[in-house]
Amino acid sequence: MAEKISSGSVLFNPFSKNNPVIVQILGICSVLAVTAKLEPAIVMGLSVIVVLAFSNVIISLIRNTIPVNIRIIVQLVVVATLVVVVSQLLQAYAYDVSKQLSVFIGLIITNCILMGRLEAFAMANKPWPSFLDGIGNGVGYAIILVIVGFFRELLGSGTLLGYQVVPEALYEAGYVNNGLMILPPMALIVVACIIWVHRSYNKDLQEK
Amino acid sequence: MENFNIFIRSIFVDNMIFAYFLGMCSFLAVSKNVRTAFGLGIAVTFMLTITLPINYLLETYVLKAGALTWLGPEYADVDLSFLSLIVFIAVIASMTQLVEMAVERYAPALYASLGIFLPLIAVNCAILGGSLFMQQREWTSVWTAVCAGGGWGIGWLLAITGIAAMRERIAQYSNIPGPLRGVGITFILTALMGIAFMSFLGIKI
Repeated sequence: MAEKISSGSVLFNPFSKNNPVIVQILGICSVLAVTAKLEPAIVMGLSVIVVLAFSNVIISLIRNTIPVNIRIIVQLVVVATLVVVVSQLLQAYAYDVSKQLSVFIGLIITNCILMGRLEAFAMANKPWPSFLDGIGNGVGYAIILVIVGFFRELLGSGTLLGYQVVPEALYEAGYVNNGLMILPPMALIVVACIIWVHRSYNKDLQEK
Repeated sequence: MENFNIFIRSIFVDNMIFAYFLGMCSFLAVSKNVRTAFGLGIAVTFMLTITLPINYLLETYVLKAGALTWLGPEYADVDLSFLSLIVFIAVIASMTQLVEMAVERYAPALYASLGIFLPLIAVNCAILGGSLFMQQREWTSVWTAVCAGGGWGIGWLLAITGIAAMRERIAQYSNIPGPLRGVGITFILTALMGIAFMSFLGIKI
């Protein structure tokens, strides 16, 4: 486990080659639930980056003192504490968004990206690479959230971040918003399309 | 009767996978064949049915604003609800550990078939999600929590068994474009099943 990994690859690999959502298939629940609009998607992405980076650092700092048997509980407690902080901050400074995200901020705790990265990376690496790994995976997750949120809001409501982008004239010419895009199942289809495009460029990721 | 309705609602209308999209990670990861999928489904159902009432009792008698009134009038304005996340996850993690030990001791055969899935359940968002939804709804009795937990579990079990059965067939018989194989097609299948389950949305029971 002590092999030398360059900081650059730790930080940038999760953006595409080893993306947590579309390659490692982690953290799908929140991708589907919070992306009907772009704004909550961005806030959720930022929250996950923060929680992931700091929980990675904390777990990495105490990795040698955690007894193996109860490591899951220790990890959960660390993550839960950070999530509570984030959720209280959101309620204080971005109340509307935190209302929209409802239970999903709480569900960051059980977001598999966190547990996956803690188990796979932070338990075996020093704090600084762990921090980069957390940022990298958080950003990789946020990228997918933003792409999905962008398409769903654009096609579903004709707006972006709440501003009208599809011109009025188009509606008068008979264009109708695709109501299906607002519904959660369409997020799955958008993600499937992203996977499709991504894997046609990265042939080595394709399954037999 | 009320509780029975909630039970049925939780299975179909409020289905954890197709209505809320919770517990997706293990849903996608463990649905390669029906046997293991069914095993995980049973384990999830079991955990939901146990943890939901426990968390409901904690929420009603300890955590909610004014919940501590039974200790004495001076506790009436204590509000511990900011602790609920940590308490819920602690209950779930420790119940998982406890159930794992109990099953190992008293039902070794079941343990052998479920073994590896039990620890995974602590981080299944469907379980914590159930408790968080419980917090938002105003249920009046602990039996409602039991019924909803059971219903959500069975709904999850149905979903994962169904998708596993489809994936088994698809892997054998169909010619899927390379980039979509495996995960990609599973996403699309889940989406289609989700749209199908939406037909339950209008039902009022």
